[in-house]
Amino acid sequence: MRLIIPLAITFTAGIIMILNYFIPHQPFRLLGDNLQDWYLIVASGAIFLGAANLMHVHFRKIRLKLKNWKYSPVTIIGFLVMFVLGLIYGVVEGKPFDYLFLNMVAPMGATMFSLLAFFVASAAFRAFRASNWRATLLLTSAFLVMLGQVPIGAMIWDKIPLAKVWLMSIPNTAGQRAVMIGAAMGVVATSLRIIFGIERSYLGGAD
Amino acid sequence: MKYLLAFMTVLLLSAAGAAPADSPDPPENVVTEAAEEFQVRRAIDLEASDTPEDAGGSVRLTWRMETEGIAPDSLGVLRSDPSGAEELIKTLPEGFVMYDDDSAEDGTEYSYRIVSYLDGSTEACSDKAEAVSSAQWIYHGRIGMMIILILMGAVIVYYIESSKRGKKLYIREIAGLTAVDDAVGRATEMGKPVLYIPGIADMDDIQTIASIVILGRVARKTAEYGSTLLVPTSRSVVMSVAQEVVKEGYLQAGRPDAYNRENIQYLTDDQFGYAAGVDGIMVREKPAAIFLLGTFYAESLILAETGRSVGAIQLAGTAMPSQIPFFVAACDYTLIGEELFAASAYLSREPKLLGSLKGQDAAKLFFVILIVVGVIAATIGDYWSPLKSFAEFLRKLVTVT
Repeated sequence: MRLIIPLAITFTAGIIMILNYFIPHQPFRLLGDNLQDWYLIVASGAIFLGAANLMHVHFRKIRLKLKNWKYSPVTIIGFLVMFVLGLIYGVVEGKPFDYLFLNMVAPMGATMFSLLAFFVASAAFRAFRASNWRATLLLTSAFLVMLGQVPIGAMIWDKIPLAKVWLMSIPNTAGQRAVMIGAAMGVVATSLRIIFGIERSYLGGAD
Repeated sequence: MKYLLAFMTVLLLSAAGAAPADSPDPPENVVTEAAEEFQVRRAIDLEASDTPEDAGGSVRLTWRMETEGIAPDSLGVLRSDPSGAEELIKTLPEGFVMYDDDSAEDGTEYSYRIVSYLDGSTEACSDKAEAVSSAQWIYHGRIGMMIILILMGAVIVYYIESSKRGKKLYIREIAGLTAVDDAVGRATEMGKPVLYIPGIADMDDIQTIASIVILGRVARKTAEYGSTLLVPTSRSVVMSVAQEVVKEGYLQAGRPDAYNRENIQYLTDDQFGYAAGVDGIMVREKPAAIFLLGTFYAESLILAETGRSVGAIQLAGTAMPSQIPFFVAACDYTLIGEELFAASAYLSREPKLLGSLKGQDAAKLFFVILIVVGVIAATIGDYWSPLKSFAEFLRKLVTVT
């Protein structure tokens, strides 16, 4: 039963969603919409599990004085401050929760995002080393694309921006579409495997 | 003084207006244009039709607004049933040119009008339009997709059956998947943990599901080798599922005692908050092996470069085309697109899973042929019309609306 019930639920839900995609008639539309609502309810409920887990892990770290426990109070205080302010004042514009979000959370997120520029530079430096012919090809393409993106490229030779457009719209698009088609096949095959119970390892290795 | 009196007389006469006999009538078209200018715009070209591709009970109304005249405050949708009773079913803000009446009854013919309101009163009205609502049994724009899905399913079933009968199926080597055992083994030898990052999407994303499937295999391997497995998640549902999957992996490996629930923890739903949290774990715990499998966006390179900086062997995989170059540049092994979905079958080597993988490849071959034929037909079709029609048929077949 431990195996059959989850497989039956998966099969039923999967088939309903497939039929809902192709058949707009009732009851399939209603069932499909309901299943999506149920997922939202489950996900909303699970946020409490996540928050409880976060608190449990960090309180435990502090209690047992585990490695790097000194960072945990920061997490706990941050969580509780936002949680309490949100509960008391709400999350609307101009309230303390919104103020803290705009002046602390958003700038910290932007700081993390800005790191990307430096990581792109270091990754590009490694990737563009002309160690073999394929890396050299990559280097040349990247060089042309970068030059074509800035005014100096056109000043050197007016065909460089055209080369950039060609590289981006023909070989690059072809490559991306190939990846997408392959991934789409993978998505369909994986979905069918799960719906028909061929793939069961997501049930915790109950195969 | 006499000048002042004359001026006053002229002023009084001009204030009283000119004598009718003195002023000629304005041309008729000037009067009409002026009247139109002060008329409230009305809806024109009103069309009512059954809402396409729906479960019934809905009529779609479309119209245009006159361009001349005063803009109305709002628009009212009036509906008459066969008995002739007319009711206001919706008031819309000015500017709307479409409305779906979702309260229609299937099989009943309704008549609709759009009225323009200004200052609360009805100022103009459109012509009538009639329609009957009905339910459709199939999305016509998805029939091609349905045929392809059925064919693909049939091919997969065929290969699964072939595999079950013992037919040898060749699966090319995927370096990234072969390296899974090596990565876990390396972490064990170094006495450092394995870090598994299942992406930032929720469980309704198929890439997350594929990642969780691989997590089960990795968990079993870490349990066998006695390594520590850390799984920080950005979604609560993913955390719950990952805890169960890892627990089962440890149970299967006969090491339930080694399972530590706290190692699978929720960090935050925030994209860069999660990236910061995972980076912190990388820098503090210095894992020897890092798996980045699932859906990633802009945080992909932040995570991969930090992982590289701590000297971990990194195995990444995603179907996000824009993130694959970052992983290729920063990770030791990258599963590109479909390879992520092939991982479970490849690692388990179960005949049924391998059969489905082979079916997937056959379907891909079918699409490659379809694309090549389509490109040739569309190119030559410019000079030979039958091929143009064939290219159009192919385009319709694969277009989903």
